[in-house]
Amino acid sequence: MKKVLEGSHAVSEAARLARVQVIAAYPITPQTHIVEALSEYCSDGTLDARFINVESEHSAMAAVIGAASGGARAFTASSSHGLAYMHELLHWASAARLPIVMAEVNRALGPGWNIWTDQTDSLAQRDTGWIQLYCEDGQEVLDTTLQAFRLAEELNLPVMVILDAFYLSHTFEPIDIPEQQLVDGFLPRPAPRIKMDTAAPCALNQLVTPAAYMEMRYNTQLAMETAQDCLGKIETEFAAAFNRTHGPVEAIRCRDADIIMVTTGTVTGTCRQVVADLRSRGEKVGLFKIKLFRPFPKNLICRHLGAANKVAVIDRNVSFGAGGIFAQEIQAALCNLDTRPRVFSYVVGLGGRDITPNTLIEIYNETKRKTTPGQESVWIGLNREIVETWRN
Amino acid sequence: MHSRNSGILKYKDLMNPGHLGCPGCGATIAMKFALQALGEKTMVVIPACCWGVIAGPYPQSALEVPILHTAFATAGAAASGLRAALDMRGDTETTVLSWAGDGGTFDIGFQSLSGAVERNEDCIFVCYDNEAYMNTGVQRSSATPYGTRTTTTPAEKWKKTGKKNIVEVLAAHRIPYAATASIGYPEDMIRKFGKAGKLKGGARFIHVLATCPTGWRIGSEMSVKIARLAVLTNAFPLYEVKDGTNYTLNFKGDRKVKEYLTHQGRFNHLTDSDIDQIQKMVDGEWDLLLRKAGMKAP
Repeated sequence: MKKVLEGSHAVSEAARLARVQVIAAYPITPQTHIVEALSEYCSDGTLDARFINVESEHSAMAAVIGAASGGARAFTASSSHGLAYMHELLHWASAARLPIVMAEVNRALGPGWNIWTDQTDSLAQRDTGWIQLYCEDGQEVLDTTLQAFRLAEELNLPVMVILDAFYLSHTFEPIDIPEQQLVDGFLPRPAPRIKMDTAAPCALNQLVTPAAYMEMRYNTQLAMETAQDCLGKIETEFAAAFNRTHGPVEAIRCRDADIIMVTTGTVTGTCRQVVADLRSRGEKVGLFKIKLFRPFPKNLICRHLGAANKVAVIDRNVSFGAGGIFAQEIQAALCNLDTRPRVFSYVVGLGGRDITPNTLIEIYNETKRKTTPGQESVWIGLNREIVETWRN
Repeated sequence: MHSRNSGILKYKDLMNPGHLGCPGCGATIAMKFALQALGEKTMVVIPACCWGVIAGPYPQSALEVPILHTAFATAGAAASGLRAALDMRGDTETTVLSWAGDGGTFDIGFQSLSGAVERNEDCIFVCYDNEAYMNTGVQRSSATPYGTRTTTTPAEKWKKTGKKNIVEVLAAHRIPYAATASIGYPEDMIRKFGKAGKLKGGARFIHVLATCPTGWRIGSEMSVKIARLAVLTNAFPLYEVKDGTNYTLNFKGDRKVKEYLTHQGRFNHLTDSDIDQIQKMVDGEWDLLLRKAGMKAP
């Protein structure tokens, strides 16, 4: 059934349909709508789950770790400072091999206080062992959240479903909400590999010496290496049940493109139109959307971007001293190809600054004009007066 | 497996020999008694603390009940999550026992404990208190008493502030049941854990003084004796608090605190006037406790 929903509630509906059993969450804008709706579902009996109103995000992740260790399907949601506060437990969740699903709303980190969208919060968690999926629209958010539970439970890895603050979390769109019965068929009750039991006592997450630690981490890596194929299999099943597919990446008019623009999240929607417009003017441009960031789909990056002349990566994030994060990862993925495109890195739209069609056209023109990229990312749309006022 | 070694021990021993505790470790004795009272239907949540090591490295375990090791600050929250999972499984019988040191209770774990107790989670929260960060090499915590030398309160910089009254803090949450216990008084301790085990449906807190021969600089054979002296001198009174307001004293000490202090290397720098000062502090706390229990100070 189609309903007009905001992106946040696409997450809530998916968590409800997934029949999550334990939810622990702490408020932070712009995540709150997700857990407010779930809280109501727990309260009115729509959802048979325990909702734990913890006193911090650190405790939210600790509580879902405890719940998942007890065999429950566990869910939380966070954003920005909340996610950063969870950092220690993000490592814990993946190393403990717990199938936790978290919705993460991309929001800028302070100071200065800024509640608007920016991917640096989730990308700063890239080494924590979580699968990361960046969504473009509300339907993708709902579908991906359902798939995330399957993915997490098959691999025993935690999964982060990521959506842009406001542009997605608070934007209303018509979204198809699948029937419970169909979802139950796609996502059966959990059969957890880890489930504490007094009849078969064991110690979880205990002291481990150098003689075994590395093997445990290698197993996490092996699980990550299978995640892309696993997601593909799950998407095939999902498509059979719901007639929709999204893919770990999406390549639009890339095959004959001279320049390929690379996007993630909601910028993709804007860029679809820009690329269509540029194509109608005869420009040989393509669009490559990356949804799966961890594990990084290196094979797909090489396959779809390898033959282009230039790649323009649009990063709504920054690693200071290194530049746009997706651009770095793409450069690393392409570096061993015999012939490879030149990678142009653009930092744009930080702290929720709008990325308009004109911004993207500027990036396209800049990429077309230059023969080689510089070593540093190019920051787009800076107000030089503010820069100079505060420069030291 | 040890057989029953006393009439007060109810269950088979759920703690195995071969654990990694130091000789004379009070925290190990505490676990043995706690599990004697609670039995096999118990799951133990252990944050970073001595017990994270004592329980043994992969692939061994010193306990015959399930253990969930968790990050330092998270015992209260992880226990809450495990409780929720058990409830969803329809298992309200199993006790979730959060087992933290003084750092994981008084300091870094305080926020998650406070949150869990405020939500009145159906768990037993234990602090086995050895009065400093012993696992990392005897650094002071907010459970370290006035007068103590630790590696971060050395020489003349010995600790000049008192020990946080954690039971009073928990009582302020109006927790259904809070108690102190000592490894020197097994009957009292097992009774309290048994009582806490039966009081299902809400939060329970037990503060156990657990001597640490390494950090307190005492002989391992002195561990139980020192624990008894803490009670006999009122340095660590035994009492219970129902609903955060109704206090019951279990024992009245009548010895001078000097007898407790002078056996311990961590206090051997103290002058007679320092010890007098500590006696005044102990007397003041004891009088306050009597008043809370509705009893008059003599």
